[in-house]
Amino acid sequence: MDLLYDTLFNGLAIGSVLVLAALGLAVVFGLMGVINMAHGELMMLGAYTTFVVQNLFKNGPLETLFPVYILVAIPAAFVVSGLAGLLLEKTVIRRLYGRPLETLLATWGVSLILQQFVRSVSSAFAIGLVLAVVLGVLFPRLSPASLWRQRWTPLVGVGSWIVSGLIGIAVASLLGGVRVLDQPWFSARNIDVTAPIWLRGSLDLGALNMPTARLFIIALTAASLAAVMWFLQKSVWGIRIRAVTQNRSMSDCLGIPTETVDALTFLVGSGLAGVAGVAVTLLGSVGPNLGGNYIVDCFMVVVLGGVGKLLGTVVAALGIGVLSYVIGSGSLLLVWPAMPAGLNELVTFFATTSMAKVLVFALIVVFLQFRPAGLFPPKGRLVEA
Amino acid sequence: MPVLRGWKRWLPWLVVVALALILPAVLPPFRLNLLGRFLSLGIVALGIDLIWGFTGLLSLGQGIFFALGGYGLGMYLQLRSLAPGELPEFFGLYGVKTLPAFWQPFNSPLFTMLAIWVIPALVAGVLGYLVFRNRIKGVYFSILTQAALLVFFNFFNGQQKLINGTNGLKTDTARIFGDLVGSAAMQRNLFWLTVVLVIACWLLCRWLTRGRFGDALIAIRDDEPRLRFTGYNPTAYKTIVFALAGAMAGVSGALYTVQSGIVSPQFMAVPFSIEMVIWVAVGGRGTLIGAVLGAVLINYAKSLVSEALPETWLFIQGGLFLLVVTALPDGLVGWWTAGGPQQILALMGSTPVAPTYPQLDLDPGVLAEKEQLRSVGSQPGGAE
Amino acid sequence: MTRSTTSSGSSGATPLLELRGVSVSFDGFWALNDLNLSLSPGDLRAVIGPNGAGKTTFLDVITGKVKPTKGEVLFHGRSLVGRAEHKIARLGIGRKFQTPRVYQNLTTRRNLELAVSSRSGPFELLFGRLDAEARDRVQHLLGVVGLERHAGQKAGGLSHGQKQWLEIAMLVAQDPQLLLVDEPVAGLTDEETERTADLLRELSGDHTVLVIEHDMEFVRDLQSPVTVLHEGHVLCEGSMDQVQSDPRVIEVYLGSETEGEFN
Repeated sequence: MDLLYDTLFNGLAIGSVLVLAALGLAVVFGLMGVINMAHGELMMLGAYTTFVVQNLFKNGPLETLFPVYILVAIPAAFVVSGLAGLLLEKTVIRRLYGRPLETLLATWGVSLILQQFVRSVSSAFAIGLVLAVVLGVLFPRLSPASLWRQRWTPLVGVGSWIVSGLIGIAVASLLGGVRVLDQPWFSARNIDVTAPIWLRGSLDLGALNMPTARLFIIALTAASLAAVMWFLQKSVWGIRIRAVTQNRSMSDCLGIPTETVDALTFLVGSGLAGVAGVAVTLLGSVGPNLGGNYIVDCFMVVVLGGVGKLLGTVVAALGIGVLSYVIGSGSLLLVWPAMPAGLNELVTFFATTSMAKVLVFALIVVFLQFRPAGLFPPKGRLVEA
Repeated sequence: MPVLRGWKRWLPWLVVVALALILPAVLPPFRLNLLGRFLSLGIVALGIDLIWGFTGLLSLGQGIFFALGGYGLGMYLQLRSLAPGELPEFFGLYGVKTLPAFWQPFNSPLFTMLAIWVIPALVAGVLGYLVFRNRIKGVYFSILTQAALLVFFNFFNGQQKLINGTNGLKTDTARIFGDLVGSAAMQRNLFWLTVVLVIACWLLCRWLTRGRFGDALIAIRDDEPRLRFTGYNPTAYKTIVFALAGAMAGVSGALYTVQSGIVSPQFMAVPFSIEMVIWVAVGGRGTLIGAVLGAVLINYAKSLVSEALPETWLFIQGGLFLLVVTALPDGLVGWWTAGGPQQILALMGSTPVAPTYPQLDLDPGVLAEKEQLRSVGSQPGGAE
Repeated sequence: MTRSTTSSGSSGATPLLELRGVSVSFDGFWALNDLNLSLSPGDLRAVIGPNGAGKTTFLDVITGKVKPTKGEVLFHGRSLVGRAEHKIARLGIGRKFQTPRVYQNLTTRRNLELAVSSRSGPFELLFGRLDAEARDRVQHLLGVVGLERHAGQKAGGLSHGQKQWLEIAMLVAQDPQLLLVDEPVAGLTDEETERTADLLRELSGDHTVLVIEHDMEFVRDLQSPVTVLHEGHVLCEGSMDQVQSDPRVIEVYLGSETEGEFN
């Protein structure tokens, strides 16, 4: 019996991370029909933000506050990932509205850039990058206006950005000669975030042993979920978001600023990815590839949960989490030791994390044969066939 | 495009044959081998073009079929160099004493030649049917194929006792007709084989897309429900085309395997399969030649950049994804046929060559009117 | 008055299409409510009704896009409920959509060629060639709708009216027994509207035609019996004059009849 609770608890903890990770993705997908392949990288940004915040608190004047740095890291990660998401929406996704497959490819491109960015970024790199962007933005303002009214103006536009980029690269490689500036901030290696003491212990409840880190993650998920629910159900902007989700053109006619709603949703969804990133740091070391480990699972949650229903996302994420853990840990064998030999072999065969994924995916495909629209399909008359 | 007559029609073919004959003599073996590999990737790109460019189905899981083809040939080559009763070396490491049953048929070269493309086609057909039957499409299809890819990756990666897990199967040390697969002579033959198969697959795709079958594919992309109400069953078309793309991916994977010397679960890595899509996008989706060109060009660029500045490749690749989606939606070939180069020349001040009625097209009055229309059209109220 | 009255004497013959007590519920909202209707072979029938009367859902039910919550849809006495859309289409029911839906990236001619070969499977399309008769039909239809000069042009570049006509031509090319035509003259000029009415009248007789339209002048031009839908139910049936003088019809339209002409 204890074993059962133990399994359930661990499954729940893994499922909670998935809920947190998939929540933002599902909100954005529900609103815009956009699959953000860079969602995992936004999580990674959240994880790296946690790392930076932790370093700030490790030494120096803030050292006494180290036990609560994680409480600072959560809003910080939300803001960093949220702003990165906002930038992504304003520069890329907005241009591709109504072309979901193209958006998918473009956001994948962004995810590659973000991955390499955290590997390569050094002070020299950052200075060069900022310089290039500033030059590119300023050039049109500083150059004579007549340049921008010619037939060949597009060439000037592209050319000025190319030149700014080259200047940025040149400056960066020049500065790269200086040892201090050339040092990468994170490098390609994994980073470890040290949890405060109170998140390293465990809570014993009878024979059940619950690590506090996992309890914290479950609590964080519940709190985030409650916040999102409140935001969508009660706040003015939440109601606007729901209105646009249901009928974009009608909302437009009613004077709801749909562009702002899109941007805001993207900010919130990306911010949630950042919070998920904080949670992930508590589970082990994290690296630039963190996103890839979660993104496909998050997609499965969205597919299984159906569009536009938070409940679907939660149920699907917890279901996948618990199922993966139960299968992957092979705890079925412990619960039922006297299993027939054939079944026993089968359970052992799937009793690794990766093989559990194989089985869970197969189950999802089978499930979709009966319920193609997911657990909680949208009701009512669909506009398109 | 205008129909070419006489010698002009045969010119591209002459160029291809000439290149295929000259390049092996000119290029050093290493470069030739690279070119052969990239060309074989052109075949998987052709398949993606068929399902994405024409039918509108974006599969992010072609790596499954690519790897299945590679593994088929890899298993055959592993078995080939053994004395009777011997097992491939790696089995010893995991204490496996008897050859797993599914290895047995790969003793036969004939079976292998079939399995390379039939097994991927079957897997694709079944997977596709299950998905298309339920009218799962768009991004749902894309992410399901990606999940399937991850599942296959996990499976192959985790099964040491069956297929050597993450280490994969090496093919270089096997012998075909007395020659080592890795030898320069054999690699040259494989290059020619690749050229022939690329052309064959290109012809197949052209035949598929030219007639009414191809029209039906484009109709599925444009308006699938409409096609259904006309009396067509899109599920059948999609399943067929997805299976064909799977078969081509299998052939491509087999050719790639023997030219790179190994097949491993990395063939099913998630990023690799999305990369395949970008080859097609850069070359020009919906244009078959674009798919092959894109595969060769991007991979060539990748190998050059990776030799010189490895850490910049992901930036470049990410930038390519963004560029091709926002600025070059029809890829290089589409841009070329739409008169892109002329537009650039026009921007630089050269007079464009007008194909018809030059006096009218360049008449200042007409130009002024066009300009006026354009400025009206760009105003919010002026579109009506 | 709700019983089916068909003007073209077809007493005793099995109706081509029959809807018996069809109801459709969307999440508690009844888009169709106990709808009864029957069409005999060769009929031309106009269906009118105010917005939200269930006209489009009515076509959705026949063509298999929407499954009726209750009731039966019979074609030649065989039930259509639960059949896939393409199978219903193959039985001989063709549909033109409200907004013209043509395959934008195919030429006008190829759009028609696809419609002509709608009864072939994928392998026939691959290995078979379009026979001479079918090619002639395509050429003939191009002439009928006046699109010969645009035969080689991509359909996406046609004007709105040309797309409407192309879609009607595609519908005819399918050679269905029953043509369901949803708002065929929306956005057409007066002259084009008249020609459309002529075309549909010509088609009836050989084919059975059901037209949904807002444009009352056009419906009058059709000179066919009219069915009025209201709140998912047949309000009344009869000739245009009968229907227009029916007090219930006047009530539901509330004088919005003239407005309908502009929509």
